[in-house]
Amino acid sequence: MALARTHSIALVGVQGHHIEIEADIENGLVALLLVGLPDPALREARDRIRAAIINSKEAWPQRRITVGLSPASLPKRGSSFDVGIAVAILGAAEVLPAASLADLMFIGELGLDGRLRPVRGVLPAVAAAAAAGFGSVVVPADNAPEAALVPGIRVLAAASLGSLLGWLRGGCPADGAAGVTVWLGGSLPPDGAGQARADVPGRDLAELVGQPTARRAAEICAAGGHHLLLLGPPGVGKTMLAERLPTILPPLEAAAALEVTAIHSVAGALPPGGPLLSHPPFCAPHHTATKAAIVGGGSGLIRPGAASLAHHGCLFLDEAPEFARDVLDALRQPLESGEVVVARLGLTARFPARFTLLLAANPCPCARAAGSGPAAVGSAGLAARPAARAACTCAPAARRRYLARLSGPLLDRVDVKVEFLPVGRAELLSDRQFTEPSSVVAKRVELARERAAFRLRGTRWRLNGEIPGSELRRSYPPAPGALAPLERAMDLGEISARGVDRVIRLAWTVADLTGVARPTVTEVSYALGLWLGAAS
Amino acid sequence: MNAKDILGRRGEQLAVEHLQRAGLRILDRNWRCADGEIDIVAAERRALVVCEVKTRSGVRYGTPLEAITRQKRNRLRRLAIRWLVAHGILFDEIRIDVVGVLRSESGEFSVDHVRGVG
Repeated sequence: MALARTHSIALVGVQGHHIEIEADIENGLVALLLVGLPDPALREARDRIRAAIINSKEAWPQRRITVGLSPASLPKRGSSFDVGIAVAILGAAEVLPAASLADLMFIGELGLDGRLRPVRGVLPAVAAAAAAGFGSVVVPADNAPEAALVPGIRVLAAASLGSLLGWLRGGCPADGAAGVTVWLGGSLPPDGAGQARADVPGRDLAELVGQPTARRAAEICAAGGHHLLLLGPPGVGKTMLAERLPTILPPLEAAAALEVTAIHSVAGALPPGGPLLSHPPFCAPHHTATKAAIVGGGSGLIRPGAASLAHHGCLFLDEAPEFARDVLDALRQPLESGEVVVARLGLTARFPARFTLLLAANPCPCARAAGSGPAAVGSAGLAARPAARAACTCAPAARRRYLARLSGPLLDRVDVKVEFLPVGRAELLSDRQFTEPSSVVAKRVELARERAAFRLRGTRWRLNGEIPGSELRRSYPPAPGALAPLERAMDLGEISARGVDRVIRLAWTVADLTGVARPTVTEVSYALGLWLGAAS
Repeated sequence: MNAKDILGRRGEQLAVEHLQRAGLRILDRNWRCADGEIDIVAAERRALVVCEVKTRSGVRYGTPLEAITRQKRNRLRRLAIRWLVAHGILFDEIRIDVVGVLRSESGEFSVDHVRGVG
């Protein structure tokens, strides 16, 4: 008997690893041995593959079959190796010409009837196949549109094992075969024509009447990728604003769209049909979410969490103080490094997680506290707010505790704090003439982002919010003398050293939005106001 | 005699003919002891071959070869020692072979001989 070899991809996070599948058939009791650290789903592949081969009218080799997945030390999970294993076994049984299999990559799960069933994470797997130098890859027909997003690879979409075997027996013709269609990778329009926006159509920033400061803050956050805290009593439009932020973000660039789509592919959250996500995602987990749901994890296959699903988009935590403390603190790592690292026995999964954080909070548990004008909610401020809140029934200590859940290192990383004030009827009416539709604001945001991108050309960063502090101080100082307000605030202990960096980034975005070449005292003062939360 | 026993007899006869054609010397057939029965005892060069024959009239309940389990193989190893002790012959090697005989719907038999399963 003989040996045959095929190839597949194992995903760790959104990182694909090339796996060599070897099948060896030798004399011995009839058995199928699977080695190479399979997880339970993969161990069950033995029974799936046997049924699929027999139901595809092929003979099951009546010998001892050993299937090895190498590198043997990498734990392999899931069902996407089924097709590669089945083809390798038939190659070793000399039903298929083994030589023609050695250069092929197979991804897919087998149904008992021999159908190729779609699997998660096809996009990153096919991208890894292309990076490993494979020219063509076999995927289940249902995954073909997603696989074909990868440029420079030939995708063979097979409906069933039977039709795939027919194609292999026919010498792998370039134009496919019955039940095997050929897709050329990258042939789909990269801007994802036909893909609906991630947000609900009909939402528009102009609906947020009576909150001009908040609208302006949202614009600045969208332009610079800054994090935002929305503070205020219920019913003033915090959630409304957060949900409308995606409408003023520009569509994703091709590379970013592929990254975002890859993460959603691993999470199994891709819409069927037009799979490329070309608009910034918006992810709003409920406040009962666990740490694993937010940063990623889970037993078996490691799934990306909400922070990664919001990559290149917005992560909105409504009622932020209601989130468990450890959940909020787990966000500090991705906020700092732009990625989540999940460690498991034998492997470490990395998920990109560079998102704009939107936090919404009531000022206190009873949430009846009316705004009392400008309030300092900066790192020094949240606990020391004016207590003149007539309707509020909370004890001062309770109020302090409530927002203290958010304070500290997390709030230090939030660039813009906005306090929403309850709006009177007259203000609502008079503000109506100043509201702008999302499309107008989005144009300004796009222009500001272009200015930033032009300034940052030749670096890894695209947005002001992404520039590391050291680089910011070295290469992008504000105009001479512009730091005076910051120096004063530092002397008063109102701002930390990291806060200073954040304000400078913010000042750059304000300058980009207003078309100023370099932040002056005006922009820095405005940015400091936003950072302290005293701008309303 | 039951139909299944007639089928089994027929399969063993076909297996013996197959092994002889393959160059094995048949030493014993249906040798019994307290532990069980060996279908065929044969010799190939300096090796003792203990051979189990499994005959089936279809694959509805699995193929003949699949019916040989690890436990059955281990029992055959024990029986091989029993046979050697009973006959006092020395061999360099003891080998367990399995012969699967399958009767197709048209009544033809196919024989599959697997050498050295354990």
